[in-house]
Parts: sequence; structure tokens; C-alpha cells
Amino acid sequence: MNRRRRAARLQGGLQPRAWLMRHLQVFFSSLGRLWQRPLGNFMSVLVIAIAMALPAGLHLVVDNLERLSDDWEGAASATLFLQQALDDAKVEALLQRLRREPQVGELKHLTPGQALAEFRRYSGMADAISLLEENPLPHVVLIRPADPGIPAERFRALVERLREYPEVERAVADLQWVERFQGMVHLLQRGTTILAALLSLAVLLVIGNTIRLEIQNRRQEIEIVKLVGGSHAFIRRPFLYEGFWYGLLGATLALLLLSLSLFLLHGPVSRLARLYGSGFTLESPGPAVVLAMLLAGSLLGILGAWIAVRQQLQEIEPT
Amino acid sequence: MREQTGTAHEMIRFENVSKSYPGSQGGLHEVSFHLEPGEMAFLTGHSGAGKSTLLKLVGLLERPNRGQIRVNGHNLARIGRRQLPLFRRQVGMIFQDHRLLADRTVFDNVALPLVVAGVGQAEIRRRVQAALDKVGLLKKAKALPVTLSGGEQQRVGIARAVVSRPPVVLADEPTGNLDPELSLEIMELFRQFNQVGVTLLIATHDLGLVERLPTRTLTLREGRLVGDRRP
Repeated sequence: MNRRRRAARLQGGLQPRAWLMRHLQVFFSSLGRLWQRPLGNFMSVLVIAIAMALPAGLHLVVDNLERLSDDWEGAASATLFLQQALDDAKVEALLQRLRREPQVGELKHLTPGQALAEFRRYSGMADAISLLEENPLPHVVLIRPADPGIPAERFRALVERLREYPEVERAVADLQWVERFQGMVHLLQRGTTILAALLSLAVLLVIGNTIRLEIQNRRQEIEIVKLVGGSHAFIRRPFLYEGFWYGLLGATLALLLLSLSLFLLHGPVSRLARLYGSGFTLESPGPAVVLAMLLAGSLLGILGAWIAVRQQLQEIEPT
Repeated sequence: MREQTGTAHEMIRFENVSKSYPGSQGGLHEVSFHLEPGEMAFLTGHSGAGKSTLLKLVGLLERPNRGQIRVNGHNLARIGRRQLPLFRRQVGMIFQDHRLLADRTVFDNVALPLVVAGVGQAEIRRRVQAALDKVGLLKKAKALPVTLSGGEQQRVGIARAVVSRPPVVLADEPTGNLDPELSLEIMELFRQFNQVGVTLLIATHDLGLVERLPTRTLTLREGRLVGDRRP
């Protein structure tokens, strides 16, 4: 009678423990299956890794550049070139008035002589300069804002106002190139996002296609499993885990590629930074980035596999 | 799912079942019969008479164009895609070409119906060993199917079909490629399963074998049931 009763109801479902056991089993067996075709699968993983390393690397570069521009933002300054024919008293008077400006912080005056000396030192054109009969340089006043965190617009307004002084010939805010630099960083950020979206799609397609081929290869096996009563979930599961592994391994390899690249770039970057008198170093991806990449890889893997499985499994039926 | 009707005590029931394939033979026309629980029957006829089609309809590998089929109390028309796997677990199927997984051991092949049903490891081991013992292949548990003879592979297929103790077992030409002696061995196995209450429907064109065994025989000709001989 027991057999009859069991037969009469068509209900599936597993005990939680059995369910967990089965997932664990498939978790490892799907990894084992990847090892069975190491070369082909490694190439798939490598393609995924490169597709993930590219936007991640670019993100890292942009991140570092942003850090660089943050450093410089505090260094906003303006240069006032004074009229050529000013005598020292008028210069001194102007300096007094500038010191009283509440928004002006640090102030540095360079006489034409000092300016020339500095120019000689840094321009590398000492020989050419010594040919000059008289000093062509005006008095120069370097200004820093009182509030180093002053917004670019307000600082620009201040410089505009200083330009109105009759003694001032030209006023140049050194913000411009910081802003341009930031503009470029923003452009790069947007580019990175687009690239990341496109390459995520590529990862999805690579994994989906790999799983699709895997399903085709195992068509006969799927038919037999369906024949003995394997549910869709049962058949789907190993493929989803396989996709998960592809994604996770791809993301891991991408991080390794990234670390390798950083390692190779470290020397040249710090040499370049030293030449610019900066202590700048490339920062490695933080734990948040690592986690995000592993998570993104795994999810893309599962999603790619799911799409492939959804398309394919329906049509494979035993005959 | 189960309906308490007069047909509930029948294991397989066909009522005016027709199945046609576009432009080819092998269909069925208005076939009606039934098998009691624990009954064993041969299904004979020339190739193309519809034997395989009939078995496929019982195992829900195909669906009929007309008529009603009931198996173990289920109206097959009402079994949807989701319930199909659960239904298939109640029907063991044996094929002439064995349909074994070439890259799995004999043990794993036989265990498959239990694995998909979520049976625990210890229980799987116990039942697979019992099934392999029954078909005389306990010593080959770790072998791959390709290393076995045709008769041995067929016995692996049989062990797989019965390991989950389904109430119904279908066999499509199980002795098709075997010599008479092996065929008789296989039939003896079927008889033993039948004795423990399994309902068996065996398609075969081996008339010599059918003649020698006192078993109910259904005969198909061009898709019609033309004979129902009881011993």
C-alpha cells in the first residue's frame, strides 16, 4: 500500500539538509568538471578575466588621478603680473592693499630680479637668458586663497576682482588646468562606466556561450537525466554553478592581472612622481573593489549561465 | 491527483488512444487495453507497428493526439511540465540502446534515478548494491559501461530502471541485440521483478521468446491492437 500512496501524489521537494548537501555536492563537482578540460576552460576564464580587468584597471587609474587632483585643489593659486613700469613704492602700496583683502591668504612677492633668477633656475634656458640686456619680467605676486577649500567659482571671482586693480596687468588663476584635469577625469570616469557596461555584456555572452556549448556537449546526458525523472532545477543546477565558477575564477584572475600590472607600473610611476616632486604612488584596489569584482564576476556568471540554460533546456527532451 | 474511480486499480489504461506522426508510420489508431497492477505483458508486432510509440506514450515521452491514458492513477493529460519529472520517477524505462552515461561508472549510472529523487547517500549505496546484485553485476560497479558486453550493459539499464522501485517498468526491445540464451536470462530477471509486484510491459519482436513464455501478449499491426492473448 505504501507504494501506492507514494505513487499517487506527484510532489517533489527535499528536506533542507538534503537540499544543502546536494548544493554542496554540485558546488564542488561543477568545479571538478572545469578541471576536466583545463586548457579550453582556462582560455574562457582568461577572456573573462581580461574583459573584467580592463574596466577595473581603468577605474583604478581614474581613482588615482582623482586623488591626484584632490591634492592639487588645495593648491589653488593665482599669479598677478603687475604693470611693467611700477616703482617700488607703488608695488609696496599694492601689497598692503592685497594683504587687507579678507579672501587673500598667503601672498608672495617676486621682484623682477627674483623672477628672472627663478626662471633661470627652472627653465633650463640660463644661457639664453644671460643674453638679455635688460630684465623683461614684471613684478609678480603669487596669491593663495585664505580658505584652501574655496570653491573654484568663488576663487575665480576673487581673481577677476584683483584684475581690476590698475597696477595689475594680468591675473591668471591657476585653477584652469586643475579644472581641465578634473574635466578629463570625469570624462574618463564616464568612459570607464560605459566600458564596464559593454565588457560586462561581453562577459555575460562569453559565459553564456561557454555554458551553451557545454549543454550541447552534454545533450545526451540531459536527456537521460530527464528520462529518469530529473527535474529542471536538478539539471539546471550544475550549469549555474559552472557559470558561477567561470565568473569567480575570471574575476580572481582579473585581480591577479591587475596586481601584476600595478606591480609593473609601480617603479615608473614613483620615478615620474619624484621628478614632479610628488610623493604620489599608485594605490592598489581596496577591499571594496576586490569584493565588488568577485561579486560582479559571480553574478555575471550565474546570469550568463541562466540565460543559456533557459534557452536550451526546454528543447532537450528524451525521445 | 488520484481519482477514486473504477479504474483506480488499473496500472495502465489506454482508451481509444491515437497518435500519428506527420508523414510517417509508427503511429497508433484507437488503441484500448489495460494492465492490472503486478501484471506482465509482451507487446509484439513488426517494426513500425507502433510498439515504441505505445511505450513512449506510457512514459510521457510523447503525448497522444486523441484518447485517454491513465498510469498508476494519473490521467496523463493532466500532467504538466512541472510534474513530468515526478511522474517519470514512477516509470522505469529500459531501451534497446541502453542509454547509459558513458563517462560514469556502472554504480553512478544505476544510482541516477535515486540521485535525482534526492535519496540520501547511504540509502543510495544500499539500494544500488541490491539492484546490481540482482542483475549479477555487483563486481562491475566501478567499471565504465563501454568495458561491458552488450548483455551486461542491458542489465545495467535494467538495474537503473528498477533501482527506485517504480510500480511500472517499460522495456523497449530489451533483448534486441542479445543471443537467445542471454535473452532468456533477461526475461527471467523481468519475471522475478514481476513476482515482487512490478507491472511490466515489454515490447519485443522476438516471437520465439514470446512463444516460450506463458505471458499475456498484446499484438500491434499497423498501429492497431489486433491481438490480446492470455496464457
